[in-house]
Amino acid sequence: MISFLLRRLVTMAVTLFIISALVFFIIKLPPGDFLSNLIQELRAQGDNAAIAKAEFLIKQYGLDRPAWEQYLIWIGAMPGPNGFSGLLQGDWGWSFEYDKPVVDVVGDALWLTLLVNLAAVVFIHVVAIPIAIYSATRQYSIGDYIATFIGYIGLATPSFLLALILLYYLNRWFGVSIGGLYDAKYAGEPWTWDKIRSLLSHLIVPTIVIGLAGTASMIRRMRANLLDELGKQYYVTAKAKGLGPTKALLKYPFRMSLNPFIADIGNLLPHLVSGSVLVSLVLSLPTVGPILLSALKNQDQFLAGFILMFVALLTVVGMLISDILLAWIDPRIRMGGAR
Amino acid sequence: MEAPLLSIRQLTVDFHTDTGDFRAVDGLTFDIPKGRTVALVGESGSGKSVTAQAILQILPKKARIAGGSVVFNDPALQAPIDIAALKPEGEAMHLLRGGRIAMIFQEPMTSLSPLHTIGDQISEALLIHADVSKAKALQRTMEVLARVGFPDPKRALRTYPFELSGGLRQRAMIAMALITRPALLIADEPTTALDVTTQAQILDLIKELQAETGMSVLLITHDLGVVANIADDVVVMYRGRVMERGSREDIFRSAQHPYLKALMRAVPRFAMAEHERLTPIREVRSATLESAHAPERPQPQGSILKAEGLTKCFTLRSGRFFGKPRTIHAVNEVDLTLPVGKTLGLVGESGCGKTTVSKMIMRALQPDAGRVLFDDGTGPKDVHQLEGDALTAYRRSVQFIFQDPFSSLNPRMTVYEILTEPLRIHNIGTPDERYERVKQLLDMVGLDQRSLRRYPHSFSGGQRQRLGIARALALEPRVLLCDEPVSALDVSVQAQVLNLLKDLQSALGLSYLFVSHNLAVVDYIADTIAVMCRGYIVEEAPKSSLFRNPVHPYTQALLAAVPDPDLDRPLDFAKLRADRFSNPAQWPEPFRIPDGEFGVMQEIEPGHKVRMGRARTQEAA
Repeated sequence: MISFLLRRLVTMAVTLFIISALVFFIIKLPPGDFLSNLIQELRAQGDNAAIAKAEFLIKQYGLDRPAWEQYLIWIGAMPGPNGFSGLLQGDWGWSFEYDKPVVDVVGDALWLTLLVNLAAVVFIHVVAIPIAIYSATRQYSIGDYIATFIGYIGLATPSFLLALILLYYLNRWFGVSIGGLYDAKYAGEPWTWDKIRSLLSHLIVPTIVIGLAGTASMIRRMRANLLDELGKQYYVTAKAKGLGPTKALLKYPFRMSLNPFIADIGNLLPHLVSGSVLVSLVLSLPTVGPILLSALKNQDQFLAGFILMFVALLTVVGMLISDILLAWIDPRIRMGGAR
Repeated sequence: MEAPLLSIRQLTVDFHTDTGDFRAVDGLTFDIPKGRTVALVGESGSGKSVTAQAILQILPKKARIAGGSVVFNDPALQAPIDIAALKPEGEAMHLLRGGRIAMIFQEPMTSLSPLHTIGDQISEALLIHADVSKAKALQRTMEVLARVGFPDPKRALRTYPFELSGGLRQRAMIAMALITRPALLIADEPTTALDVTTQAQILDLIKELQAETGMSVLLITHDLGVVANIADDVVVMYRGRVMERGSREDIFRSAQHPYLKALMRAVPRFAMAEHERLTPIREVRSATLESAHAPERPQPQGSILKAEGLTKCFTLRSGRFFGKPRTIHAVNEVDLTLPVGKTLGLVGESGCGKTTVSKMIMRALQPDAGRVLFDDGTGPKDVHQLEGDALTAYRRSVQFIFQDPFSSLNPRMTVYEILTEPLRIHNIGTPDERYERVKQLLDMVGLDQRSLRRYPHSFSGGQRQRLGIARALALEPRVLLCDEPVSALDVSVQAQVLNLLKDLQSALGLSYLFVSHNLAVVDYIADTIAVMCRGYIVEEAPKSSLFRNPVHPYTQALLAAVPDPDLDRPLDFAKLRADRFSNPAQWPEPFRIPDGEFGVMQEIEPGHKVRMGRARTQEAA
């Protein structure tokens, strides 16, 4: 087990290294960068102080050096103007667009993103699993048809459209503004009890909007998986033992049908950050999605690079977690090849 | 007379399906006396398993008990209860199910959950029905596991089903059923998926446990040999009705009903006369087979197919990381000779390497050593050296018939497409000629020409196997490799297919390599039989001399383990208890083969060869 973990950690590090190179050079592919664009603009305006500052920044971040040197400095494998100071050392760089360190730009947004999307994931599972079990055990009943119908509607509705509709009607009928993640008056305030309450009440709509499509597809997949397992012989054995229907169902077929969902965790984690960009824009949620979008548009290289690297890290960590969980719950994987 | 434990009266079970209602069990009436074994016999689809499910009320959703009663007269309960009147998910039914009536199933692999340990699954049955602590339940589980023959019960608690052999899995199933000390055990084809020697051990175990606990057993099977060996009473079912019932003596000595008589005639037996023919319940007729004949082509001088010193090892990845890979000797120096127009039977238990041999002959696998020689009349050639046109010609000459008639036919192709595919691949004939050929092939295997546009799913297992045979015949091959072609079929259908193969052989001059685990079947169809064990051919002889005088201990064990539907030839359970006959290193001298050696074949009478260990040959030399 330990050697397995070590090997996985090494491959993870290699993967991340390759991803970081790809991310950096793809961001760098379009000609120019944020600062040189800015300097050209400032030159046209003749703002000499600002130009001096921008040129200072270029020196400061080594943007005048060749791309591969910039890359090595960024990841912290080569001394830059400030010595070793890159991702490896925990220095996430400078956002030129916001004129702040990346850590300050992303800080709150990162945690709020994780919060919103975790809420959506929990919502998906809590809603989808019971409905899926219901419609699998009562296949072709009225309840199954209703769940299926709602599922198809959920799958077919674009979530940003649903967000717009909810935005309009909730405001019209209940007079609540659901944009943002907390009331505007709390922006920039420290976290108090009132702010948290406001956050929780604002969380409901984004959770439903983001979670709906996922819930619908999860109901469909879970139902199909369970239906496969319900026909298996070991379920009959469990019933022949005298096990009650609920317990027999949860202990045997349900657990068997979980594997694909655990394997999905690896995809789920990065989705927490990069998904829901459209919904965040529509609902003006202060999450990472919109920040990433504008950073990519403006070639704000360190900000974009950091967010992409963060998503990559979540992906590899997610894959590791799902592999470990799979081996933990499924002895066939744990002992594969040992027979 | 004491009241029977279970009396079934006029039981009727209906299935409601999209294509209409269907009565699976129709007015079934029989008793299961206390402490006795009742065998429920019939072909697949006769309603045996549905009856068992109705007794436990675990019928599929589409099925419903439409009438009749199932009265369970349990000595542990005050009054008899009518199970048919209980609610399937009611409290009373839960108490009976697994508690007083337990069941074991056919497929021990799929009947146990792969995600839970044996200990967990067995102790669960006790925890549901008895008021015991978890630790106590595990203790009891260990005792039961020891009783059913687990070598290390403590370790077995923590093993998963996929780590066990088929025999041990079925033992675990039995332990699970018996841990609650039920009054009735329902065994639904408990040994069908097992090798003969394992089957004999499991039957022995069920018998012993029955004597110990005094439970009754309802044994569901299609194997009359098993019935003759362990049943007290027999009920013969056909299409949901009882055809005949009586004591074992009555049934086997003086069968009355024509269906039962027909069923008995369809089973291959050892004591059959030289040219005696099996009589299938439904005979297949063909108009063209009579007039069919082998194509004119040069015939080889000696044998058509010869294997010399075939050896194959497989390397298995070790379970542990950085662990050493293990090498499995799947086939060790196998020599086989297949004369023209004859049948060579290759017999052995699962995992003995017989399929690997047939795959190497097919050139689907490359042997590590040795060669396969094929003679098409122009002299023997090494099959694994063939290239280009010669290889294509070899492919045409040697065709394969598969075991599973369900998965070996593409469900998305019509019969016409399936049968013309070999012709299309080899570019034979115009479309019109192919059509004629396919019609001829269908008639040869006794299928209607109207089936051409149908898809495989609309055929029964036996019909599909005949389609598989027709496909193999399409290219006018010289040799057919039959890998367990009848082991997935019912006895009556099995007789049909075996007779068809025999007729085809005499009409078309085919040579067969017939691979099977069923000795009686091989005895019926083969001229020469080779017995395989752990990758070795241990004994090879013409069939008469093999059955008259089996020399090798493994052959003897294999023969002794086959249940014969003949009351005068009972199984010798005591002889089969020792589990040593399939390990070459434990065979008695002079047959013992130490690890790493191959031994040698010695001829003890004309054509009868036996593998001996090295020690004996040195003495001889």
